[in-house]
Amino acid sequence: MKKIYQRCLYYLKSFLLLELLAGLMLTGKYFIISCFRNRLTIQFPEEQTPISPRFRGLLALRRYPNGEERCIACKLCEAVCPALAITIESAPRENGTRRTTRYDIDMFKCINCGLCEESCPVDSIVVTPIHHYHILERGQNIMSKEKLLAIGDLMEDQLAADRLHERDFR
Amino acid sequence: MLQDISILLWIIIKIILIVIPLLLSVAYLTYAERKVIGYIQVRLGPNRVGFRGLLQPFADLIKLITKEIIIPTKSNKYLFVIAPLFALVPALAAWAAIPFAQGMVLSNMNAGVLYLFSMSSLGVYGVLIAGWASNSKYAMLGALRSAAQTISYEIAMGFALVGVLLASGSMNLTNIVNSQQGGILHWWCVPLLPLFIIFWIAGIAETNRAPFDLAEGESEIVAGFHVEYSGIGFAIFFLSEYASMILIATLLTLFFMGGWLSPFSGDGFLANIFYIVPGIAWLLIKIVGFLFVYLWIRATFPRYRYDQLMRLGWKILIPGTIGWICITALLVVSHVKPWF
Repeated sequence: MKKIYQRCLYYLKSFLLLELLAGLMLTGKYFIISCFRNRLTIQFPEEQTPISPRFRGLLALRRYPNGEERCIACKLCEAVCPALAITIESAPRENGTRRTTRYDIDMFKCINCGLCEESCPVDSIVVTPIHHYHILERGQNIMSKEKLLAIGDLMEDQLAADRLHERDFR
Repeated sequence: MLQDISILLWIIIKIILIVIPLLLSVAYLTYAERKVIGYIQVRLGPNRVGFRGLLQPFADLIKLITKEIIIPTKSNKYLFVIAPLFALVPALAAWAAIPFAQGMVLSNMNAGVLYLFSMSSLGVYGVLIAGWASNSKYAMLGALRSAAQTISYEIAMGFALVGVLLASGSMNLTNIVNSQQGGILHWWCVPLLPLFIIFWIAGIAETNRAPFDLAEGESEIVAGFHVEYSGIGFAIFFLSEYASMILIATLLTLFFMGGWLSPFSGDGFLANIFYIVPGIAWLLIKIVGFLFVYLWIRATFPRYRYDQLMRLGWKILIPGTIGWICITALLVVSHVKPWF
């Protein structure tokens, strides 16, 4: 008897299209919700997702506030780099300090691990939040010392602010 | 002679007055589809071209027109080129018999229902020819599926129509609409509710729309019958599919939802307020509602498996329509108020 009852209930349900209507209600609910507001979509070129101060993007070389470059050519970054992306050559200057004459990073090799920044004793090589960049031609993947310093100059304010923010955790 | 030419010109003007708004509404139906499905999936849909993406259909059209037409080697070139027209022409020709308001009809034929029915069935020839002429396995399979599906669901659709014919006692579309006079309760969707729902389901299957879009099941046969078409050929298939969607929505409105009649009638308060709304506005509102549900259904339900589709068509819809035709006949004979 119970079985027959259940059978009847099943047929009634399927002929009244109850489950289909339940599905339509669910999608209809979302339609009405998104008619009024849409908090999920980020309209990319105008809006961007928030970036952490620890974001590891393009690399840069920083300078001291007096304009002197920080890098002392200790080559710790070159040694620690797991992808062997960094090439450094150095020579002493007239005043006896040791500075780099060549500081190349191959962006094809770089894996943005940030180990170079961790190893740097003078906070010279740093990762920046820049991640929308592209390489158009062969050879542009080599970031020379001039380019890295230029990025550092451009981003100095933000780099300094990020380093300050993360000071306690480094 | 001069009179003949003037009549001809007048008919051509009427045809243009029907076809141009139809093509525009097809363009905006594609936009509405992307928007509605986007909203249901909590996306935004197209919103870059023009204000809120309103020019998107034209951008798509320009893209499709300027694309290269690729004709596959070893395909039957004449049939390959003609097939999109076979799909498009019936979808457009069917509009000749559609009344938009009292007396607003291109051809007030007495067998209008039969004409519409034959036209909506002819659409499958375009699909079949396209599938066969492409000389491609996916297109072939899609065309076969589409043919089998259309034949199966046409029967259910025809039987559902028989119920309407029984109830209204006419094959003239204007008369069918006029037989539903007297407010929302007098529309055929009330006494013929099962037939209404079956006609709706069969109509969705007839136009090869989700959840019955096996003919173009992307996951199995790439794009089905129009897999080899590019550029304007693809655009015409697209156009005919959406034109038949609008046609089915219009047919539902005319047969079951009182066409251009206002849902309020008599001397009531609402009837007096809505007296000023012209009939064609009611028709358009109802069509838009049905089209929205078309898109809503597409965004909600997963695709049927082929044997499930056949089972639904032959074992449920056809017996269901026959059963309700008998009940309708009884209702008509016993003059059940307020409908008959």
